[in-house]
Amino acid sequence: MAIRKGRGVAAINYPTGMNLGGDPSQALVHSTPTGNFMVSLSSVDLGQGLKQVMAQICAETIGVPTDLVTIDTADTDTGPHCMGTFASRGTHRIGNAVRQAAEEARQVMLEVAADELEVNASDLDTDGTGNIHVKGAPQKSISIFDTALAAHFKRGRSISGRGMFLVPRSFPETETGAMKPATCYAHACVVADVEVDDETGEVTVVSVKNVYEVGRALNPKMVEQQLVGGSWMGISHALYETTEPYYPNREHGGTDFNQYLMPGPGDLAATETIVIERPAADGPYGAKGVGEMCANPQIPALANAIFDAVGVRIDSMPITPERILRALKAQAGEMRTG
Amino acid sequence: MARVPVQFTLNGEERAEFIESGTTLLHALRDTMGDTSPKGGCQQGTCGACSVIVDGELRLSCLTLAQTCEGAAIETTAGLAAGGVLHPLQRAIMDGFAAQCGFCTPGMIMAAKALLDHTPNPTREDVIEAISGNVCRCTGYEPIIAAVLAAARSNSQNAG
Amino acid sequence: MEIRKEYFADERQDDLHEIGQSRPRSDLPGHVTGKTNYFADRTFPGLTHLKMVRSPHHHANIRSIDTSEAEKHPGVIRVLTAKDVPHNVYTILILIQVGPEDETVLADRKVSWKGQAVVAVVATSERAAQEAAAKVRIDYEVLPAVFDMLEALKPDAPEVNEHHPGNYYHYDSGDHRKVRFGDIDAGFAMADHILEQTYHSSPIEQAPAETTGCIVTPDGNDRFTCYTNTQAMFFTLDNTSIILQMPGHKLHMVGGTVGGGFGGKVDVIVEPIAILAAKLTNRPVSFIYSREEEMQISSPRAAETIILRDGVMNDGRLVARKVTGYTDAGAFSRHSPYGAQKGAAHYPGPYTVPNVWIDTYCVYTNRTPSSAMRGFGVTIADFALEVQMDKLARLIGMDPLEFRFINAYRDGDIKAHRQPTEGAALIECMQEASRVANWPVAEKYMAMSSRGREA
Repeated sequence: MAIRKGRGVAAINYPTGMNLGGDPSQALVHSTPTGNFMVSLSSVDLGQGLKQVMAQICAETIGVPTDLVTIDTADTDTGPHCMGTFASRGTHRIGNAVRQAAEEARQVMLEVAADELEVNASDLDTDGTGNIHVKGAPQKSISIFDTALAAHFKRGRSISGRGMFLVPRSFPETETGAMKPATCYAHACVVADVEVDDETGEVTVVSVKNVYEVGRALNPKMVEQQLVGGSWMGISHALYETTEPYYPNREHGGTDFNQYLMPGPGDLAATETIVIERPAADGPYGAKGVGEMCANPQIPALANAIFDAVGVRIDSMPITPERILRALKAQAGEMRTG
Repeated sequence: MARVPVQFTLNGEERAEFIESGTTLLHALRDTMGDTSPKGGCQQGTCGACSVIVDGELRLSCLTLAQTCEGAAIETTAGLAAGGVLHPLQRAIMDGFAAQCGFCTPGMIMAAKALLDHTPNPTREDVIEAISGNVCRCTGYEPIIAAVLAAARSNSQNAG
Repeated sequence: MEIRKEYFADERQDDLHEIGQSRPRSDLPGHVTGKTNYFADRTFPGLTHLKMVRSPHHHANIRSIDTSEAEKHPGVIRVLTAKDVPHNVYTILILIQVGPEDETVLADRKVSWKGQAVVAVVATSERAAQEAAAKVRIDYEVLPAVFDMLEALKPDAPEVNEHHPGNYYHYDSGDHRKVRFGDIDAGFAMADHILEQTYHSSPIEQAPAETTGCIVTPDGNDRFTCYTNTQAMFFTLDNTSIILQMPGHKLHMVGGTVGGGFGGKVDVIVEPIAILAAKLTNRPVSFIYSREEEMQISSPRAAETIILRDGVMNDGRLVARKVTGYTDAGAFSRHSPYGAQKGAAHYPGPYTVPNVWIDTYCVYTNRTPSSAMRGFGVTIADFALEVQMDKLARLIGMDPLEFRFINAYRDGDIKAHRQPTEGAALIECMQEASRVANWPVAEKYMAMSSRGREA
């Protein structure tokens, strides 16, 4: 009886957005009289930080600091339609809608600034800190604050924009399955190291080394939140989680957190997270959806590591100590079949 | 249902209310006292989202009858930034991006505060033990552990 | 976390101000002070509570429902049954023309899973609603149930759901979704080795910290405001509009601050019945799942059975991959036909395989309906695919990571579903993993690029 070490790898990809498309989202952007920007959505922030990311996309596009952008969302009386927050679609679909709306608003803003500065709008640029200036002549400038005031009270212009993003629906061909499921994919490769106690069947995840390709990390600390939490969930799926431990038998399903098992703070693997960016051609600033894919590769990587450690294949999730022990006993010829 | 008086201090403020007999502290705080910082994640003591501090000790408010808190001093996350100055735990969780959906955060903060109140310089194992009754589904816990340790460090620096 | 900027450096725009910056999250101050407002953090005078009477049987006919004792229980305001629901049989994806409608809001003639909603009780307190729910008398005729997907597909299996004869979802392509690419028989004929393996999973719960729920208030003008933690505001509004036969402009959904979803809050389950209760009682109504309901009643991730049959050459090339996937929808569709379809689109994984045959089935059994969860349609597929890749590598005596390099998809490769690959980055992820994990591979693999094939 011994603690046995093993190592496994897995590599995966994951589609961004609703499978086969057909999942629109809209955004409306407008400025207040003093050059703050409101983004109206009906999108849901589940905790992944959608509101913050949308604010940064709007701010980047308009050319103002993120602090000046307010997200007003998830009220169906005021926000335009959004398909919802699922299928790793939020950042990509809604982000594209916000970017389009912000571009339209920016164009009006530059036109007003051009009138104020008596130049052409196409000669203007923003500096990202709240000012608009003539390209190549930064001293000739106007603040966005003054531009918004002028738009409202002098020029009668609405600094606003509409955004709509839709990947057209694809219908699979009946006999061949030819279809367009997605426009871009995130990627990952994970190496997991485990220790397996061949007496108890218990698995200790010593470390996971996660490499994720995310398109573009729009807010790196928030991407890290997703990737680290997702890696934990992947490990949890691999080793612990099920509502029906003896599926397809319906008995013994957990009804609370004492019975439905997940790794606690004392069960964590040393987790290393590396990010690669290959911007998506159709992503807002290159972003892909990463909220789901980050939890997938740990499962097979751990299954493979457990095999590497003790030489048994557990092809049913979750890989519980009971299943490992049964397989070890079968391998040792201690258990009669049937 | 008989209504009974209950009196305690909530985050330093005297509170006296009539509640239905048998009301949990969680419901009394949320529905009667207007403090919704403790969350009802399971109502059966398995998730920790309702954690509060009663007379210096960490308690699950969903399993505590409000009537048993007569005369007690109750602390919740809502009272932690009294005067508008964030507690080091609050600051560390923000700085460390140690919350996502935020639903477990107030209970997690109470569990961590109960630890730091007793053990100002905890080890990583102390922190793990202290938050082991609090379920988080988003973060993978590591950022929370790191934030509690960072808060303890900033506490001791301020004290030193 | 580290960002390795050396990969694809020429494809990235780096002159940005706000993008790429770790700005503080604007919602964290609310989270750490307890001020963030989740739907249940609102209080309303006269709030009532809805509790569901659920089927204790996996499969049964309903002979009769007697609510008379429950109605007399102190505090009870209203008891709702199927006849109160204007359009009682619905399906969520009807909004994108994925039918048929197959699920009851409240069961009328039959229950198909243990936990199915039958009667809703609205009372002035949770306790009164719970006590009254226990007084509802339902006479059931218990029917044989089927729990195993392959058993369910047999001709003599009990019929789980009358809208799905044969216990499978009827795609336009028949009893399963198909993908056909290349010549699968020729692929297997040329293979040096063939490996067929079967993989299983069981249902998994999303387990968000905050359970599913909503609070509805009648606005007094025949409009209703629903504070909800749905993942999709208009999905909920539009489906409610259909179920209650109520014009959409009568409905006002407010949400967007949610205590975790992970796919568990995409179904439209609590809102329609709560809004109906608010309409019929003219009182604010709260319907919030208990933790037990969240664990066993709300849709989990589907169990899957996946059979992979692969043909591989001694030099490491995958030449044929045949996939037969089964998704256990439970008793009703919810999002499962979509999930099984998404699986068909995902195979054969991020690898270029010249001969592919994919069949994915969506199967009905007498269990809690499954639905979306983080990685929907793909998570279990990746488990099967990547364990299979490990087995194949060992079968031909090759390093598992090098084996993946040989087969990894590259830009321009045609996938099984006939789209050209764009923006691939699997190879670079594996190269970086090789470095960071100190898992050496031959230099030729470290020289590969997703952007094209070597000359």
